[in-house]
Amino acid sequence: MEALTAHLSQLGHGLVTTVELTVVTTVGAMLLGIVVATLRIAPVPLLRAIGTAYVEVFQNLPLLALLVLFVFALPTIGITFPLFTSAAIVIAVYEGAYLAEAIRAGINTVGVGQAEAARAIGLTFGQSLRHVILPQGLRAVIQPIGNICIALLMNTSLAAAVGVVELTQAANNVNLVEAQPIAVFTGAGLAYMLLALIIGQVTGLLERRLAIVR
Amino acid sequence: MVSVRGLHKWFGPLHVLKDIDLTVAAGEVVVVVGPSGSGKSTLCRCLNRLETAGQGSIEIDGEPLPAEGRALARLRADVGMVFQSFNLFGHKTVLDNITLGPTRVRRIARPEARQQAMTLLDRVGIADKANHHPAQLSGGQQQRAAIARALAMQPKVLLFDEPTSALDPEMVNEVLDVMVSLAAEGMTMIVVTHEMGFARRAADRVVFMDDGRIVESGAPDDFFAAPRTERARDFLSKILQH
Repeated sequence: MEALTAHLSQLGHGLVTTVELTVVTTVGAMLLGIVVATLRIAPVPLLRAIGTAYVEVFQNLPLLALLVLFVFALPTIGITFPLFTSAAIVIAVYEGAYLAEAIRAGINTVGVGQAEAARAIGLTFGQSLRHVILPQGLRAVIQPIGNICIALLMNTSLAAAVGVVELTQAANNVNLVEAQPIAVFTGAGLAYMLLALIIGQVTGLLERRLAIVR
Repeated sequence: MVSVRGLHKWFGPLHVLKDIDLTVAAGEVVVVVGPSGSGKSTLCRCLNRLETAGQGSIEIDGEPLPAEGRALARLRADVGMVFQSFNLFGHKTVLDNITLGPTRVRRIARPEARQQAMTLLDRVGIADKANHHPAQLSGGQQQRAAIARALAMQPKVLLFDEPTSALDPEMVNEVLDVMVSLAAEGMTMIVVTHEMGFARRAADRVVFMDDGRIVESGAPDDFFAAPRTERARDFLSKILQH
């Protein structure tokens, strides 16, 4: 226990970084997910192909490999970002592919009649999506989106591998000094668990609040 | 108001509309009848391009139907449509269903759009349901809300695609009454239906379709009393028996 309390500020910084990374990445991944899901159902074949290619590429590569590639390979061709930014971009891009598929599943639950009615009153494709299709499609997949957000939270620990001092890296650093892995990583684990529980609660709350009367 | 010339439509190898010619004048009420699979609904859906024509031309108010895009969206705003399965937006209240088009497409201010919507809801007799969600309404109420939604766009033409086919028998009349009153007020209407009573009461002209063609077209009294074609006689004998 003392191993933890003696390094509270260090671990606290790590926790804050993890939360920041999770929030920034979730927002980015959601936006990407919506855009890519939209591409995948677009009436233009080229756009659909782009959406499919995105999902297939980023779903089928390990996140760690993407992180390493982005952080260590891009600088060799002269492109560098701060570490936190790099990690956020890569995780958002990666999780965006998963979210896109969940969102597309939600869109597919919305009956074709809804889209026809939207078009029949003169809404454009974009307006139909925004006002009719997405609001209903997203509501149908709040739970899977929440699951992906929890997976995203866990995946932020991979940012440690490219030098971002988030919670896992902070715990690792503390452990190097204290050599008490059980206390240190159990403490970190409980913090992750707490964050995941919060995401789960928010998901449940949103699901109840936004339920469509049927 | 609506002018269809040489319209053909294929679903894969299936030739569902064959050389359709149809002209509908402003204020005219045309009822399209015929057996299932005769192409009535497809014709109706071609008129606002929910189905694309295979061949031929369609003009609405003198303008040829535009291809996909903003021009088509503009035209659809002028052509109201009422569906068999209502298709009200499930996540919105009845009032928001009706104001969506006017505020987003016509750019009418929200308070004004709400006021118009309430007037329309009052007219179709469900003003008390304005803040309910569609699933809380009966079928007949949902369809009347859908008619109000179409009317809110102040369309030049209203298309009805079997508007009472999904309703319980006791709710059919409340919807038909609204449609009859619209017809009486001079709305241009194209109505695909199996309700022969409505055709008799409200139609200026009955169009009989079979196997993708318009077989017969005439005033309702003539059509029901003395159909000219064997196919129409056969159809009427089957549905008017009971």
